This record gives sequence, C-alpha cells and structure tokens, in this order.
Amino acid sequence: MNRFAELLDRLAYEHGRNAKLRLMTEFFRMTPDPERGYALAALTGALSFPHAKPGLIRALIAERTDPVLFDLSYDYVGDLSETVALMWPKPQRPAPSPRLRGEGSSARSAEQGEGRPEQAAHRASSPSPDLAHARSASPHWGEVQAAELHQGSQQAAPSLTEVVATLASLGKAELPGQIARWLDALDETGRWALLKLVTGALRVGVSARLAKTAVAALGGKDPDEIEILWPALTPPYVDLFAWVEGRTDKPLVADPAPFRPPMLSHAIEASDFAKLDPAEYVAEWKWDGIRVQAVAGLRPDGGRVARLYSRTGEDISAAFPDLVAAFAFDGALDGELLIMRGGEVQSFAVLQQRLNRKTVTPQLLAEFPAHLRAYDLLTEAGEDLRGEPLRERRGRLEAFIARLSSPRVDLSPLIPFADWDALARARENPAAAGAGIDAGAVEGVMIKRRDAPYLPGRPKGLWWKWKRDPFVVDAVLMYAQRGHGKRSSYYSDYTFGLWTAGEAGDELAPVGKAYFGFTDAELAEIDLYVRRNTVNRFGPVREVVHEPGRGLVFEVAFEGLQRSARHRSGIAMRFPRISRLRFDKQPSDADRLETLLHMLEAAERTPASGGRVLEPALARTSRRKGG
Amino acid sequence: MRPEDLLMPTPAGLYCPWGGFHIDPVRAVDRALITHAHSDHARAGHRHVLATRETLDLMRLRYGDDFAGSAQPVGYGEIIRLDDVAVSFHPAGHVLGSAQILVEDKGMRIVASGDYKDQADPTCAPFAPVACDVFISEATFGLPVFRHGDPASQIAKLVRSLTLFPERAHLVGAYALGKAQRLIALLRAAGYEAPIYLHGALETITRYYAERFDLGELRLVRDVPKSKLAGAVVLCPPSALNDLWTRGFPDPIACFASGWMRVRARARQRGVELPLVISDHCDWDGLTRVIPATGAPEVWVTHGAEEALVHWCATQGLSARPLHLVGYGEEEGPSDTSGEADHAHPGGHA
Repeated sequence: MNRFAELLDRLAYEHGRNAKLRLMTEFFRMTPDPERGYALAALTGALSFPHAKPGLIRALIAERTDPVLFDLSYDYVGDLSETVALMWPKPQRPAPSPRLRGEGSSARSAEQGEGRPEQAAHRASSPSPDLAHARSASPHWGEVQAAELHQGSQQAAPSLTEVVATLASLGKAELPGQIARWLDALDETGRWALLKLVTGALRVGVSARLAKTAVAALGGKDPDEIEILWPALTPPYVDLFAWVEGRTDKPLVADPAPFRPPMLSHAIEASDFAKLDPAEYVAEWKWDGIRVQAVAGLRPDGGRVARLYSRTGEDISAAFPDLVAAFAFDGALDGELLIMRGGEVQSFAVLQQRLNRKTVTPQLLAEFPAHLRAYDLLTEAGEDLRGEPLRERRGRLEAFIARLSSPRVDLSPLIPFADWDALARARENPAAAGAGIDAGAVEGVMIKRRDAPYLPGRPKGLWWKWKRDPFVVDAVLMYAQRGHGKRSSYYSDYTFGLWTAGEAGDELAPVGKAYFGFTDAELAEIDLYVRRNTVNRFGPVREVVHEPGRGLVFEVAFEGLQRSARHRSGIAMRFPRISRLRFDKQPSDADRLETLLHMLEAAERTPASGGRVLEPALARTSRRKGG
Repeated sequence: MRPEDLLMPTPAGLYCPWGGFHIDPVRAVDRALITHAHSDHARAGHRHVLATRETLDLMRLRYGDDFAGSAQPVGYGEIIRLDDVAVSFHPAGHVLGSAQILVEDKGMRIVASGDYKDQADPTCAPFAPVACDVFISEATFGLPVFRHGDPASQIAKLVRSLTLFPERAHLVGAYALGKAQRLIALLRAAGYEAPIYLHGALETITRYYAERFDLGELRLVRDVPKSKLAGAVVLCPPSALNDLWTRGFPDPIACFASGWMRVRARARQRGVELPLVISDHCDWDGLTRVIPATGAPEVWVTHGAEEALVHWCATQGLSARPLHLVGYGEEEGPSDTSGEADHAHPGGHA
C-alpha cells in the first residue's frame, strides 16, 4: 500500500502526460502480482466495495485527538482525509525515556544530564573536517527519542491487495476498527491514499485509458489491443500482465461486444484540394456531437450484450441506457451521439447538459433523448468488415440500419457534390444542401475516400475533416500560467478578457482560457511579455498588466458560444485558441463583451444552431475572412 | 522575581533591561544577541553584536564587513556576563552557528531558542535541551499535521525521480542559508556523487559551508549552458522556481524542500511538482518532545501557529502564552530574492 500510495502522490503533482505514463509503467514493472493488478483496477475505477462515509473518518480521529487541535488543523489543511492522514497519532506511544523523565522534572537537574550543552559545543566549535566525522557522531537527543517511539509500531503496513480483499467482505460494523488498524500501520502518504481509496475519492488526474497505455508500455504493446481485451478482464489482471510481459499468449476475448479503436481524420488545408479527385471521395456532414461506438453481440448462452463506448474506449453505457436499449443487433457501429427532440437534432450545448449529469433520472431521459447517427459499420454478425472499402461498408450499413428500423438509430446521409466548389457551398449552407432542420448541429463536412478500409488511428489521406470557419474576437491577456510537458518552463496557459462597463468605467471581464494556436516562436515572445509585465502572483498564476494603454492583445478564434454559470462573464467559448498575436493593437482596441452577447443572442434565436452565429450580418463582422 | 522582569517583549524584540541587550532585534539597537544568521533574526546596523563565530561570519558574508559597530564571537557553552546578567549560547540544531540563548540572573533561567530543530543535520551542531524556568519557543510548524518524517526518504524520492526522468533538469528550491547546504550533504550521504549545480544566489554561503564540510563537486549554473543540465540537480532560492531564470532548462521539474510541502494545498499553491518535506524547524512531534525536556513550567510562544501550541501546553499543565512578536518569518515578500527561513512563505503562518 505504501508503494501504491507513493505512486498516487507523485501522480497527483505531475502535470505531464508522458511523465505520468512513465511513473505508472515503472510502478507496474517494479510491483508484483496481484498488487499491481489491484493498483490498475484502482486507477481505472474498476474496484467496487462499499465506501466509508466521511462521518466514520471524523469519528475515528475524534477518538484520538484533541478537538481544538483537530479544528485548527482541519481549518489549515482544508481536506478531511489529508488532515486525518497527517495528524493520525503514532500507535502505542511508550512512556518518555527514564533518562529525561527521571532527571528532567526539576529545572536544574538536566544540567548534569547527558544532554550537556558543553559536549555538543565542543564538537561544533572546532568544525568537523568532513561529513563522515559529523555523521559518525553518536545519535543525538531527538533521534534517540524518535527511535524509541518508532518501536511502538510493529504492525506491518497492509498491501493494497489485502485492503481490497478485506473491504470486499467486511461487515459494516467491523469497518471502523479495520480502518483504524490500517491507519496505525501506514505512513503519512499511505494513510492519505487509504482514506481517499476507502471514501471513494481517489482522483489523481489519470484516465483509465492512460493507465492502460502505461500497462501496454511494459511490453511495447499497442494500448488499443488492451482496450479490446479490457471488458473481458477482471482484477487483478494477472493474465493481462503475463501477456504484456511476453510470458503467455494473449488472453482470449470472451467478450461478445468489444471496443475497436476508431479511425480518425486529418484537418484539410486549402492546398490539399488540388491533389484530391472529387470522384474518389464521398462527403458527409460533420455532426457536432460525441464520437461513439455502439457494439452488441450474443453470449454463448444466447443473452445479448450491448455497449456504448467513447472514442477512447471507455464504456459509457451506464449513462445512456435509453440508447443502449435500442442496440438489438449483432455488430459494431461507428457514429455520433446526439440529442434528438421531436425529430430535430439538438445543439452540442444541449447534449452537454446531459453529459454533465452524474445520475440518470427518468426526467433526464425524457428531456434529453439520446440518439445515434451512424456512419460506419465495422462488424456484422461476427464478420469483420474493416478490411473492406468504404463503398462496400456503406452499402452494408444502409441495409443494416434499414433492418434495425429503430427511431433511436439512423443513418448519416451523404452529401451529393460534383466538385469541391459545390461541396464548399454545401458547407457554407448545410440547411439548403440536405441537412435541413438539423443544420444547426453541423460543424462542417467529412470527406472520405471511397476505397479506404477502416484503419485504426489517423492514417494519411483517407479521411479529412473540413470544419466551418471559426469566429474571432480581439481579447486582452489578463493572467498566465505555466504550461506542461515540453512547455513546462514557459507561461503558456492564458486567460483573456473583453471590455465591459464596470462601476468605475470600462473594465476587462475574463471570458476564457486558451493554451494553443501559437507557434513556438510566438510562445517565447508571449512568455517574455508575461514575465516582464507581471503585476501580481497567485501561486502558479501571474497577473499580467491589462490597462487600456498597456497590455497584450490576442486574436482568439472559437467554434461557438453558450451560457455558463461557471464563468463570471456568463458566457463560455467552445474550443478557443490564440489565432494571432496583435502586438500592433492597444488593449483599448480589443472587442467588448457585448459583441459576444449579441452573437450568443443571435444564436439563441435559432435554437438548433448550437451557439453558432447564423445571421450573415453578424457573421460578417465577427467571422474571420477566408479560410 | 517575575520572568518578564528579566526578559520582556518590546517592539524591537526581546529586551533584557538588567543586561541592556536585545535578542534578535528587528531594528537597530545598542547591544544585540543574535541566535542565527537568517535575515529575519540577524539584521545589520547594531552597535555591538554578540553571536557565535559562524553566525558572525555569515552576517559578514551577507551584509559586508561593516554589518555592525563591533562584533564579539562566543563559543557554545561559554558564559558571558553582561552587567548583572549571565548569558550563554547552546546549539539549536537549526543551521550552522545557530544557538539558543540562555539568560540567567538570580536563579531565574530563560532560554530564547530562536529557531531550532531536534532532527539530525550533518551541517550543524545537534540541538541539546537546556534546563530552564521559561522556554521561549517558535511555532512555525505548530500544528499536529506537520510531521516531517525522515529526510532520507525525501532524498530517496528525489534520487528516484532523477533515475526515472534523466532527461529533465531537477530544480530544487531551497533557502539559501542552511537548507541548500543540508540538502547537498544529505544527497552526498545518500551516495549521490554527480556534480550539483548552484544558482548564483547560493554561491557565497555554500562556499563558506564547503570550507567546513565535504560537499562534493559543486558547479555554478552560470558556467554551463542550461540546456546541458538534463538529469542534473540544480539548487536555487525558492523564488527562482517561478522566475525567468527557469527558462532554457530541459523540461524542468520544480522541486521544493520545505516543511510546508507536507500540506498538498501549499505545495500546489507554489506550483511545486516534486515536494520534498525537509525542514530546519521542529515538526509538531519535535516541539512537543522538546518543550517537556527543558523542564520549564512556563512557555512563551513566538512566531508561527501560536494558538495550537499554547493550547497543547495548557493540556500538559504548562503555563503558556503567545508573545506576538512581529517581524519574524516575514522575510519572503512578493518580490523576495533570497527567501531563506522555512517560516518565510507567502501564505503567512495560518
């Protein structure tokens, strides 16, 4: 447990993805089965046991500490588990050593005791010639005391395996006593990790996918292979580790509804079109929803297994029972998760309201009915179609959807076009080009080669995305924070604001954050600006000068807008990024918050627009020209 | 005689009227006794200064030769009479030269301990409890959540990180006096033999330590291209971790050695990625070990989390009160350049 705790501790402070991977892979390499398997289960959220309530933890610490000291400590630390972990007393504190107790009760007697100042003074006033000398000096007062205290704790620290196994079978009444015994045996970090684990609050910024990728790296495997195996595996994953380390064959996939890694697209550039023959491609709408995979199959006993996976292979079935119930098929569909009301696709903002809910209630299901718009068929009745060309799969898909005949699942239509100019016109006006009332949920077009097989990853030249042009505003840099990974020595996360009327005249209101869109050279330029123009610091964040006449203006591009209670401005931007540095502009030249509000209101007048500005007049002033 | 007659808190610091001296005064005075050379305790400009030789040397290095009108060195345990009062200096285990000051008159003994720790430290004389009637204690880490643990385990954590991330420069924020040199000594004791790189602000004091202790090979960052420091340990003042100075190091990882690192929110607030819980102050267990060992029935608590420690003393049947001295532990302001004592952190003492 202490080793696992150390890993969690390190992960909690580490920002970089690659560094997190390395830490986990190293842990899996150094830790034996089954301990590492339970660690993997804890990191992927695959452990299940009844969680301890905070009240139980409070009661345990109340029995052991002075209430005034606990309150002062909790106030300072601010986190219950951490406070308890840190102030948990060492068990069975032995009586103070007789040497000090016997002589120290009167003020005078300690003078004749062993801790005489003169001895120590002699050692120090003639400086030790080297460290070895200093180190070889007999252990001094405090150390002896500490060592004596340590002898009180003989109990061995529990392993994670022991904790997981015990929690799975323990009765409720025995829980407090058991947790207390474990806390007695663990160190500070171990206690923190244990409390986070048993209260179900283990969050260290690691996704299930990242943990699996770290396992794959143990044996140079492709994480997608683990993804496919995953649903059939159970903790502590001994067979998985054995295979990854090359000691056994791949575990058999007994799962009838596995995830298959998706095929991804490249953003198309204007210069690409010249090389592409329109006759070799088909086009579809690019829907502004969530990429998903719907998989269903039959178990040997005839029961149906149906699952909905996210793009990264996380099983999200539990959040969409209404949709998964419609998967009465044997196959794997690739498509877009959308919200459909009265036959009309809703904007991403509406979908997000469903995604944000933790519990699935009947009301939620009624208000936000989930829908799958399919665009590819990967398998059908055990037949793997991924090696077939798209035109073949498309034919099979159309027949498949027709047979399924479900109101929850439909087909993403093809866009007829003769040449790239025609497709460009369709992209400009989806409503007139076949998207109809769903046009508001279109965020561009997809261009796919007719003869392309379905290849996992992002192969070149087969699938292209051609997104609608972003919107832009000129905003002022307000705060900057240090970045991660290779940018970790630079201030690369920026909070920017727009002008609005305040109590004392115009002031800047923060409207969003962006951390990409600029080149490395531009980054160095901004970083230097931040460091030279810092007016305040809050932990890792620097406040950068932002006055009408002094400050840095960014052109910020974004995909859409929605109302947000979490942002002070009341508006959240979708996918904002720095599109240009405007050293040529004064902060007073930057845009006003009202501009965004008008864009948002215009979007809300066309409810299905997903926060997109459809009015040509506004689009002209706020959309970037050209593409 | 009341102890307050022998030593009284004044705006300038603790003052002994019968001996005509201040201890660690925060403004210039006629006669100053200095516990240790951290700049919130040792200020320049006093007429006469009495301190250990090391403390005087370190003050001279920081403030120049004219740091005081006159300076008199005193050895640990040596008894000096100042008018009617006997004073002596005893090891405090905080940094090189640090001392507790025993003030004695007519059978009344008061120990002003300055900053202290009872944990082992290869770069200074070990703390020894001094019997007294009143013990004046700091309370920098005066909450039961502060448990520093074994510094060797923290050094092991740093060394493991160096092994795992050999392509990243490990920038370790450490106070310029004491902490930085102790870290070097601890790294050497753990068998780390590679050159250790220093920020310029650590140069003078580390050189002084290196004359007394074997600190291995030390190099200055300014003598090498930063891009070549992948996998190196680079020591710098804590303020430099968020500074322009960090640019150019290969994927730097921000480490910080301080007792504050025990609390996650504190470490995050400073943007620390590898917190190292190593302190030159007593943790809670240390404070509650030392106070009874002095045998003092009365305790005065100076800077830090006074409230909790005063409360604890009361539960132990000791008479205790906070002194509310100002000016200590406030060295590191928003634009700090040296920032050295553990209790100098932007969040205050809370």
